[in-house]
Amino acid sequence: MKLALEVNGEPRTVEVSPWKRLLDVLRDDLRLTGTKEGCGEGECGACTVELDGEAVNSCLVAAGQCDGRRVTTVEGLARGDVLHAVQRQLVACGGAQCGICTPGIAVCAAHVVDRGLIAGCDDAAARARVRELLAGNICRCTGYQLIVDAVIAAAREVAP
Amino acid sequence: MPRVDGVAKVTGRARYLDDLDAPGAWHGATVRSQVAHGVLEAIEIDPSLGASLGAGLDGSQVCVVTAADIPGRNVIALIEDDQPALVPIGGRVMHHDEPIALVAAPTRQLAFAAAKAIRPRIAARPAVFDVDASLAGAVALYGPPSPPSPAGPDGAGGDANVFKQFLLRKGHASDAELDAVFAAAAHVIEGRYQTSPQEQMYIEPQAMMASWQDGRCHIVGSMQCPFYVHKAMKALLGCDADGVVIAQSVTGGGFGGKEEYPSMLAAHAALLARKAGRAVKMVYDRDEDIAATTKRHPCRTRHRLAVDARGELAAIDIDVVMDGGAYLTLSPVVLSRGVLHAAGPYRCPVVRVRGRVVATNHPPHGAFRGFGAPQTTFAYERQIQKLARLRGEDPLALRKRLALRSGDTTATGQLLGASVGTDEVFAAIEGAIDGAAGAPPVRHGVNRHGAPVRRGRGVCFYFHGAGFTGSGEQRLAGRATVAATARGFEVRSSSAEIGQGSITIFTQLAAAALGVDPAEVAVIDPTTSRVPDSGPTVASRTAMVVGAVVERAARAVRTRLEAWAAEHGVTGTLAAIATAHAAATGGELAETVTYEPPPGIAWDDATYTGAAYPVYGWAACLVDVEIDLDTCELAILRCVQAVDVGKAINPAIVRGQIEGGTLQALGWAVLENVVYKDGKVANANMTNCIVPTFADAPELETILVEVPYPFGPGGAKGVGEIPMDGPAAAVANAVEDALGCAFDELPISPEAIAATRPGWSAS
Repeated sequence: MKLALEVNGEPRTVEVSPWKRLLDVLRDDLRLTGTKEGCGEGECGACTVELDGEAVNSCLVAAGQCDGRRVTTVEGLARGDVLHAVQRQLVACGGAQCGICTPGIAVCAAHVVDRGLIAGCDDAAARARVRELLAGNICRCTGYQLIVDAVIAAAREVAP
Repeated sequence: MPRVDGVAKVTGRARYLDDLDAPGAWHGATVRSQVAHGVLEAIEIDPSLGASLGAGLDGSQVCVVTAADIPGRNVIALIEDDQPALVPIGGRVMHHDEPIALVAAPTRQLAFAAAKAIRPRIAARPAVFDVDASLAGAVALYGPPSPPSPAGPDGAGGDANVFKQFLLRKGHASDAELDAVFAAAAHVIEGRYQTSPQEQMYIEPQAMMASWQDGRCHIVGSMQCPFYVHKAMKALLGCDADGVVIAQSVTGGGFGGKEEYPSMLAAHAALLARKAGRAVKMVYDRDEDIAATTKRHPCRTRHRLAVDARGELAAIDIDVVMDGGAYLTLSPVVLSRGVLHAAGPYRCPVVRVRGRVVATNHPPHGAFRGFGAPQTTFAYERQIQKLARLRGEDPLALRKRLALRSGDTTATGQLLGASVGTDEVFAAIEGAIDGAAGAPPVRHGVNRHGAPVRRGRGVCFYFHGAGFTGSGEQRLAGRATVAATARGFEVRSSSAEIGQGSITIFTQLAAAALGVDPAEVAVIDPTTSRVPDSGPTVASRTAMVVGAVVERAARAVRTRLEAWAAEHGVTGTLAAIATAHAAATGGELAETVTYEPPPGIAWDDATYTGAAYPVYGWAACLVDVEIDLDTCELAILRCVQAVDVGKAINPAIVRGQIEGGTLQALGWAVLENVVYKDGKVANANMTNCIVPTFADAPELETILVEVPYPFGPGGAKGVGEIPMDGPAAAVANAVEDALGCAFDELPISPEAIAATRPGWSAS
């Protein structure tokens, strides 16, 4: 099929099988390799992208489901050289180690922060909410503590 | 200082193996055994399946490799040459999912499909999965065949199939002397502890690419130890050191899982690339990675503790048996570390530790953070807990009373000197439980679902030797180079950045020693043709051992540059001097430094006595748990780790190491497991082989304790592994506190808790 979609704000068209995974369309056809494959079965979240404003596992989405839709990948979070608050705080707080889960976590955390999903929560409630919202993204390096710190700091930065 | 590689990682620009551009590269797949033990009689290719793929297996669209295609020796060279790269026809299949043949094809999908058309015909033999049956000689797997012997309890009757054994004695010359101490003891506490296999679950699966140019093999991939791969490739390809170059791609986690296994992928990719005449990439699927690669050794530890009337330890007697799986791999070294940590960080005049690692038909077990120590730590910290209960003594106070300090000797007779943070870590934990906020959790209550709960508190105290065991560092003589070049300052070592922060730490150490801005220092990739062998990225040694070498090399470069500047009348910053030097000489100024052990470090391999490690990290952990009495689900309410790290060169990175290791330990304690069924991993996917998520993880409280190590850079000592050792015992101790019955096996799953229901205390 001819697949037309908007990726990180730019219209793109590719000729692919409708059964091809969105993950492979991004990585192989569009050469956007920031989105990672960790398990291929929707468990690890390394392939998380935003699809029309929803955070999804791109390994579980078929190309045929994406025609005419908007996709945001990790490559679309920064504005030029200006990092998204979540990216900046992941670096500042030490929330990235080996980094293979980080693109998925950055996309999901940016979704949480940009949509104000923890706005108005006190600190303890915000931390608990971040843990629920990011539970689909597995990190094996950090123990999650410094990632939660980074997401909270980013949310405070965006909406103090 | 934030991580040097942080921005590349948060923007997705960091390129892991599967992200590399490889025009024209084919993809490799592995044909594996579907039995656990047998003889490979033939490799059959199904022509109809090949044709149905639209790719006749004629070599033009698909390339098939078997053991017959190996130009050198068919071994994965490491400690012993018992593991083949591919099982040859007529050879023995030793475990399920063992590599038999390889396929490369233009696409990954085609390669995996073609692999299904290749069917090994294997004459199955009886397999052995139980260490006691193996010890009893049920099946001959390793070493000289020994007559089957009736197995006594826990394998007491046999010594067949032993890859390696150790016997450590302190304070007694014979078994009779040891028995006499036990006979005279006021109390003897006996326990049997079983820990489970654990999957490293790095989020980037194993991945490697090989290509040949001008007769030279180039390998790039996800790995911890480029020179381990280099050694293995020299043997397999029959080439000299210049015949193969190993490069590391950005590596998505290792934890020991990318210590020895990458040599297997490198071998396979190299053989396929050689035959196919083009680059070949191999990226494992997650299920394949879990099914075929190494895990933490399952371990059974029997522990006897003799205590005198005053509550002092009189003698410790330990028997450790690890399941090594089908090949030797790194098992002797894992066992060694397990044995050397088994007596714990406690004063005791008489110690005997016997350790054996035994062959079975499980896939080989191998390196995983902690490397044998978490297994034996679980046992001794449960025993100490039982002693506290027996004596009615506060568990933390009892540990503090018995703990090793400077001036004491360890089980190997090592006299402890500097950097023993015992009192400091106890003070840190006491600080965390002082006052109402730190009070023990209320025993009985109701959770947010309205279910009745019980709560409890557990503590543990433990240590971890940093760096290689015994004389390992002297033998290895790791080297690193610092160079002043026209491009700036470069650090060259074979240490691999695997997320632990080594390039950031080296940048900081070199910049401080040179007196320059960190931005002027680059740590280059550990490509074997461009860096000296600094040793593998293992054993909590990178910052402490290689970092100290980097620091010395940087100081030497600074001294020489300053001398050159004085001689030539050059002034300005060191960076300016370096630029002037490069312009004037047209070359670089480099210093390569070799590791030197601290003075007075002596180890005797024959008697297993002396300084087992140059220094130890010391740690204490506190865990509060809550158990839902209806579902037996366990929640960790609080987890505090206080770790003596010597000096935190980069506190955020050190915290990250401790917290990551702590959660791996908590996961091992309560929910992680690898389930074997007839030698095959039955839960080879992330849906069933689970690791903790954000929602499973408690808030982690980390206290960095700094008691400097005089021979580490800035006082630092190893930190990578220690947080893995203790928390599982703290969890078991907390559950025992809550329910009043013992938990001596991992994992402490809801099913395991439910099974103890009849033994729960009334209150």
